[in-house]
Amino acid sequence: MADNKGVMIFTEVVEGKLAPIAKELLGCGRKLADELKEELSALLVGSGVASFAAEAIAFGADKVYVVDDALLKDYRTDAYVAVVEKVAKQANPRILLLGQTTIGRDLAPRAAFRLGTAVTLDCVALEIDTSSKLLLQTKPVYGGNAQAIFTMETSPQMATVRAKAMSALVPDNARKGEVVTVAAGLDAAAIKTNLLQKVVQEVEGVKLEDAPVIVSGGRGIGGADGFKQLEELAKLLKGAVGASRPPCDNGWVSDTIQIGLTGKIVSPDVYIAVALSGSSQHLAGCSGSKNIIAINRDPEANIFKEARFGVVGDWKKIIPAFHAKAKELLGK
Amino acid sequence: MNIIVCVKQVPDPEAPPASFKIDSTTNKVAPQTNIPPVISPFDEQAVEAALRIKDAKGGKVTIISLGANLLRDVVKKPLSMGADELVLLEDPAFVDGDSWSTAYALAIAIKKIGQFDLIFCGRQAADWDSGQVGSCIAEILGLPQITVAKKVEVVDNKVKVEKVTADGYEVIEATMPALITVSNELGAARYATIKGIMAAKRKELIIWKPADIGADTAKIGVAGRRTKMHKLFQPVREGKCEIVTGENEEDAAANLAKKLMEVKLL
Ligand SMILES: Cc1cc2nc3c(=O)[nH]c(=O)nc-3n(C[C@H](O)[C@H](O)[C@H](O)COP(=O)(O)OP(=O)(O)OC[C@H]3O[C@@H](n4cnc5c(N)ncnc54)[C@H](O)[C@@H]3O)c2cc1C
Ligand SMILES: Nc1ncnc2c1ncn2[C@@H]1O[C@H](COP(=O)(O)O)[C@@H](O)[C@H]1O
Repeated sequence: MADNKGVMIFTEVVEGKLAPIAKELLGCGRKLADELKEELSALLVGSGVASFAAEAIAFGADKVYVVDDALLKDYRTDAYVAVVEKVAKQANPRILLLGQTTIGRDLAPRAAFRLGTAVTLDCVALEIDTSSKLLLQTKPVYGGNAQAIFTMETSPQMATVRAKAMSALVPDNARKGEVVTVAAGLDAAAIKTNLLQKVVQEVEGVKLEDAPVIVSGGRGIGGADGFKQLEELAKLLKGAVGASRPPCDNGWVSDTIQIGLTGKIVSPDVYIAVALSGSSQHLAGCSGSKNIIAINRDPEANIFKEARFGVVGDWKKIIPAFHAKAKELLGK
Repeated sequence: MNIIVCVKQVPDPEAPPASFKIDSTTNKVAPQTNIPPVISPFDEQAVEAALRIKDAKGGKVTIISLGANLLRDVVKKPLSMGADELVLLEDPAFVDGDSWSTAYALAIAIKKIGQFDLIFCGRQAADWDSGQVGSCIAEILGLPQITVAKKVEVVDNKVKVEKVTADGYEVIEATMPALITVSNELGAARYATIKGIMAAKRKELIIWKPADIGADTAKIGVAGRRTKMHKLFQPVREGKCEIVTGENEEDAAANLAKKLMEVKLL
């Protein structure tokens, strides 16, 4: 522990861009590093990722470790765990953070246990404890019904962080930093999984994560036809459609629009929750919304406890009337 | 095919949020007499994934569950769905661990079970949502892992998995033995059959204590934790919802639109 210094961020590159979560993590890591008066480093892993080092520095890193290798083009657990292990042993960070993403949640536990330490997944807050200097890792538990703060005395202290829980810094292109290239040194034979195909299920219109308005339907919508009405409303409001889990499980909508603990995390300005009860697991994905509007026929539904405005009643009557009035008021 | 499925008993996660309480003096979840225990939902789907492979290829499905005071009706459910054996690691020394100490005990119990081609876990247990035990077991046993699966097949001695990603899925194959964690996109688990329930009632359980699996007692349960829980709390939500009304539902809906316009949310 004594020899471990600094904060390291595993910075993901997605679709040829530094991922939003990577920037958020650098912002959070910068604060932690400043508090510890230690260095912030970024770890870039992949094929053709070296060019992102400058951007990682602009977003707060003092140093960037780059592991660039053709074998790292696609994420494969065995290869990425080996790389994280190698760099972590070389750099000895005190803290190592990843995003709670498809990659992060697969990679972090395995890398942590390989390194003889532990990790807390899906943290929403990170802080340095003033007396022990340990990282306090706050994570929702019991589907979001409670939160727990964990610590670990092994190092590096590891955590994955939920999307949108932290804010990125304004990039400063004048910032200076050091770039360190590390050879992957992979043994292709030790990689036991093979990626055969990547299937992207495109959803039309505004991307859910970026939408300023989301119209989200639940089990009470009753079928795919009902979701058509929500889509029309979303179009009028220049927003996107989301769903709780049952509509996805029932095949009324694509699995990719599920919002919640095990779905997408969103924080639009306006989240219109229609015929969904507001389970803790669903709220985990939308409680960061600035304004929740609830439409539910059950006045006791939990969603009203989270909402700013609500209407009690049958969505089949409310949505068409709301749509018509909104259209009129918007002059469309 | 020899398949092992790890299932955990948890308080019903679909219970209304208002029924959930924590005891701040003990830093523990208050005993929830009003919330019945169930098998963690993703684990039920892990059992389903295993049974689908058994249906296609034949073989044996062994369920393993670690805990204390495991309700027989709950942990026997996989048997009534069609699984073949049930092993319980049931001892106070096993419980209140973290992912690491839980995975350690499960991994050495799996070694004792012996030959296996596939291990299934849920993507995360519905109590602590920790989402790690599967990866830890894979790491301890040196197996390839594929997490968050929605479809699992065995093709030409390899396991082929559709893994859920943020914007779709990936098709990944791995050599066996391998460890797979399962997500709800797999589809609903089958119901127990009457015949299955009768068979499950008669089935002898295997119960192992730490000594039976040769566990190092410093590595299991509370003693083996690498993470310490500093605090457990319920965030306060100061929700104040303004209910918009009207002469009827249509009128209330129109009033909502007006209201949202007024506060510039439209
Ligand atoms: C580990 C775990 C992870 C989970 N992850 C997620 C997740 O990521 N996202 C998620 O959403 N869920 C998740 N769930 C499931 C979650 O627990 C709930 O089961 C789910 O969110 C309920 O969806 P719902 O609100 O649409 O359905 P319900 O709870 O059945 O609510 C339906 C609501 O519709 C209302 N209604 C019915 N008809 C009408 C009508 N005509 N007009 C108006 N209102 C009507 C009813 O009053 C009711 O409130 C998870 C569960 C577990 C255990
Ligand atoms: N006590 C347990 N007994 C059996 N399996 C478990 C136990 N705890 C966790 N698991 C398995 O590991 C998965 C992930 O759990 P967790 O890492 O605790 O979220 C669960 O879905 C189970 O398949």
